[in-house]
Amino acid sequence: MKAKVIITPKAEVLDPQGQTVQGALEQMGCVGVREVRIGKYIEIEMDGDRADVEKSLDEYADKVLANPNIEDYRLVFED
Amino acid sequence: MNFAVIQFPGSNCDQDCVHVLRSVLGHETRLLWHKETSLGDVDAVFIPGGFSYGDYLRTGAIARYSPVMAAVKEFADDGGHVLGICNGFQILCEAGLLPGALIRNRSLQFRCEHIWLKTATNDSPFTSEIPEDKILRIPIAHGEGNYFCDEKTLADLEANDQILFQYTNADGDLTDDANPNGSLKNIAGICNAARNVAGMMPHPERASEQTLGSTDGRHIFESLIATLNTQPTLAPA
Repeated sequence: MKAKVIITPKAEVLDPQGQTVQGALEQMGCVGVREVRIGKYIEIEMDGDRADVEKSLDEYADKVLANPNIEDYRLVFED
Repeated sequence: MNFAVIQFPGSNCDQDCVHVLRSVLGHETRLLWHKETSLGDVDAVFIPGGFSYGDYLRTGAIARYSPVMAAVKEFADDGGHVLGICNGFQILCEAGLLPGALIRNRSLQFRCEHIWLKTATNDSPFTSEIPEDKILRIPIAHGEGNYFCDEKTLADLEANDQILFQYTNADGDLTDDANPNGSLKNIAGICNAARNVAGMMPHPERASEQTLGSTDGRHIFESLIATLNTQPTLAPA
């Protein structure tokens, strides 16, 4: 199965990359942009029991893939 | 003194740190490869600057799981003194030995320049010998030095006098213009609540010889040495 880890900066954390891209989108004429936040996206191919894999990856996402001081993450699993 | 400077793949200020401790200040100093699981006989540990593991994922995120970091944590938990400089500061934050995190500079630029620093407290093993009211001239060189923590952590840092250094202008004023990276409260360095672990983004090892334009960084190493002379490290390593 494929695990997708989506990591975003917490709302209270300054995201200068997001702000810069937002400025560019607005300047180029993109309509309706309210806020841009830039994070990370990680794909992991995984094998094993789905429940075990989900539990384990959740633990390690919290431990190393994301830094809970500054980032939120969510996991999406696809068969 | 016996000092150890940790070396990760991608460290690049390790030799500078060894040079200052060994050749400028005259103390036994050895490099310790990140795969080591024991620190051996040491009085203090330095985690140098650089780009450990290429800064992949986040600065310091992979290095903090290097085998040697378990020994550093044990050393610190037993009261041993640890100073992280630049990438070393980032690694100590990732390891949870210091609170908060260092994120991308507000300007998105890598900043490599001399800055001015105010010592926010002399009450630490890392700042005790810095002359009061002296504004230090020390270089920075980083892309991710923007210190961030949540409000409660910041309140704790202030309440416990854990902020060691702040970016100022030449007159020692805490202005936004003097803040090179967007750090909360112009924070350039902090220590833990027990005061034996510290991290700072500026590079004191690059400002310890007159030929490099400033010797202000020596005050930081000399503070630690003075502290260790009066309170030897008890921790067996």
